[in-house]
Amino acid sequence: MSHDRHGRYRFLAGAILPALALYAVFVLSPYAQAFYLSLTDWTGVSGQVNFVGLDNFTRLVGDPLFLAALRNNGLMLLVVPVVTIALGLLLAVLVTFGGRRGSAIRGASTYQTAYFFPQLLSLPIIALLWQFVYHPNDGLLNGLLRGIGLGGLARTWLGDPHLALWAVMAVLVWSSVGFYMVLFAAAMAAIPTEIIEAAVLDGAGKLATLWRIVLPLLRDTVQVAFVYLGVLALDGFAVVQVMTVGPGGPDNATEVIGLGLYRNAFTFSKFGYAAAMGVALFFLTLTLAVLAMRAGRRDKVELA
Amino acid sequence: MNPSSQLRRYPTRRAVLGAAVAGAALPVLGGCVTGGNDDANEAAAGTKTADNPLGVPDKTPLEVVIFKGGYGDEYAVNAESLYQQRHRGATVDHKGIQKVGEALQPRFVADTPPDVVDNTGAGRLDLATLVGAGKLSDLADLLDAPSLDDPAKKVRDTLLPGVVDDGTFDDKVQTLNFTYTVWGLWYSKPLFDKNGWTFPTTWDAMLALCDQIKKSGVAPWTYQGKYPEYLNDPLLAMAAKAGGPDLVKAVDNLEPNAWKQPGLVDAATAIAELAGKGYILSGSEALSHTEAQAAWSQSQVAIIPCGSWLEAEQKGITPAGFDMVMAPAPALSGSDKLPQTALQAASSESFIVPAKAKNPRGGLEFLRILFSTTAAKRFAELNSTMPSVAGALEGLTLSSGLGSVKTAVDAAGPNTFTYRFRTWYAPLAKAVDDATGELATRRITPAQWSDRVQKAADAVATDTAVKKYQR
Repeated sequence: MSHDRHGRYRFLAGAILPALALYAVFVLSPYAQAFYLSLTDWTGVSGQVNFVGLDNFTRLVGDPLFLAALRNNGLMLLVVPVVTIALGLLLAVLVTFGGRRGSAIRGASTYQTAYFFPQLLSLPIIALLWQFVYHPNDGLLNGLLRGIGLGGLARTWLGDPHLALWAVMAVLVWSSVGFYMVLFAAAMAAIPTEIIEAAVLDGAGKLATLWRIVLPLLRDTVQVAFVYLGVLALDGFAVVQVMTVGPGGPDNATEVIGLGLYRNAFTFSKFGYAAAMGVALFFLTLTLAVLAMRAGRRDKVELA
Repeated sequence: MNPSSQLRRYPTRRAVLGAAVAGAALPVLGGCVTGGNDDANEAAAGTKTADNPLGVPDKTPLEVVIFKGGYGDEYAVNAESLYQQRHRGATVDHKGIQKVGEALQPRFVADTPPDVVDNTGAGRLDLATLVGAGKLSDLADLLDAPSLDDPAKKVRDTLLPGVVDDGTFDDKVQTLNFTYTVWGLWYSKPLFDKNGWTFPTTWDAMLALCDQIKKSGVAPWTYQGKYPEYLNDPLLAMAAKAGGPDLVKAVDNLEPNAWKQPGLVDAATAIAELAGKGYILSGSEALSHTEAQAAWSQSQVAIIPCGSWLEAEQKGITPAGFDMVMAPAPALSGSDKLPQTALQAASSESFIVPAKAKNPRGGLEFLRILFSTTAAKRFAELNSTMPSVAGALEGLTLSSGLGSVKTAVDAAGPNTFTYRFRTWYAPLAKAVDDATGELATRRITPAQWSDRVQKAADAVATDTAVKKYQR
């Protein structure tokens, strides 16, 4: 018996430790180092490091660029997840229940594939494509507006501080909505048909079925989507870096925390300060995830 | 074994993770990114002879890292083969890469850098930081060594004006820039000739010409709006001509109210006028450099500000017979302190010899060879770009753009100027770029422009964590 137990431990250790060691070296240790570096004035090239305590964090609070980034990421956090999830749900409902008598629409999988497509492109490529779309003179968007006689609405999308961040958010929504549509559609398909049929027999209309039966059963999936999209909204680095004026402009209108971090580390050689930004971002993301998971922790619906 | 005991005997997932994290974190923290050592290394050195004035050790390998960007790296390979001819038995490890900073940062931290580095490109390491950390060799030995072409002449005396200054930090020359860049305003000569336009030498004439150009249906100006620093160049050049070297010095030395000097405010007013009168192609503020330059190459726009690399950059898309030429920025007024032909000139393509290189003498010798007329001419031929070695363009057939650059450099003579704040204080450079972008879209006035930039300069000046330089 005791021999048996040791064998088990040995097996367990053999199975877990290599993965854990990799995790420790490539995930935990960089985190630990980032926390440590955020308390130093490391320049990135010097072996010499001075401990500066919480100096970097006090600077953060007074850094207008960081505050602009917080504001912009905050707005993205309010807009991107809600819009993406609303659109994703709408599309998923249309595809799954949009057909005759509440069945799947014809060609559902074609739609799903088409909407999923942006997910296959890497973010820098998406940003580059959208830079062409937003081109003030030869771009698709202004061309379209002028073509349908709405030339008065044509704008310098990325060059106007009032529009640039919205232009960035539109790209983030566009690039992620397909994935969440497929995710929600899969969750909807997993709802047992008896439940829907029972609701219909009880006289529930299409809207009532959707609102009172389908959506509540999707609660967990939507919650996870919120966390992922929240993390996405707190990032935004790749799109901003490739697409926007400056980047991060015009006049810091699209500054995001990730960009400030990158600039401080790789342009200004303030790795310690950049690490402090990273630590701040880490806690923001963590808080968001905890809040989102807490908010949804009530009356679980069990299927079947 | 019953199920309940089985459950208890297994360690919980949480416990295992906790123990592993605690165990793993300690040793890893010890061996972290900043764990370099500052021991002095004994670099190899050979005997100095007339043939080997820098004392390169025999049969010692040389490691060269080159930024393989717009200029490629063939010119460096050429210099490396010259090196091997002079030093038989020496192997050369050549690396042509794009992200110099990412590749070399860990090696600088660990004090195992290459012997010579072309620290250039968007991903380069911040020079001021390398200097501050004492990671670079003093290049005095190289500058005082006899030049390859004429042993009676020191290397120092073969360079164009400003090159030694550009590489000087804390009274020591720590980098040597291989290309000579001048900034100005570019136009297509045939386009101007066809329309009977003459490129203006004063700002008033510029405004009059812009009016004429606009009436002909062509946009007078555009700029690389996504990167507003391109528009800073004519602005700061006009300011420097108006206020002379003192204005430039005051800016670089972060003197109080330096950015409120009349020359700078007038230059900002000039740029704002350009925007206010509708002389800038609409939408320019959102165009990338490629987009703005393409519009210019297609003659949708008459004038674009840029450095002398423009001709090489536009190689693939310049129509035949476009014949681009560069002119210096116009004079703001008749009372300018520098002549209108004065040029904003700076050397770039920064070559360094790391302090902890294994073969620093070899690194210096490589630079002595690279900065020789033979190697520099080869570079000019390959890239139609002006090297920072005097006379490297003599005897070569020059293209329209490079020819105009040479003419401008010859006309400027000793009247060249350069601002150092961009390299010294990167955060200030960003503030100037942002402000100029706003100025060109008329979202701020010239007075607000100088207020904003002055505020940013004051913030740098009072920040004790920033290393200060003086000129």
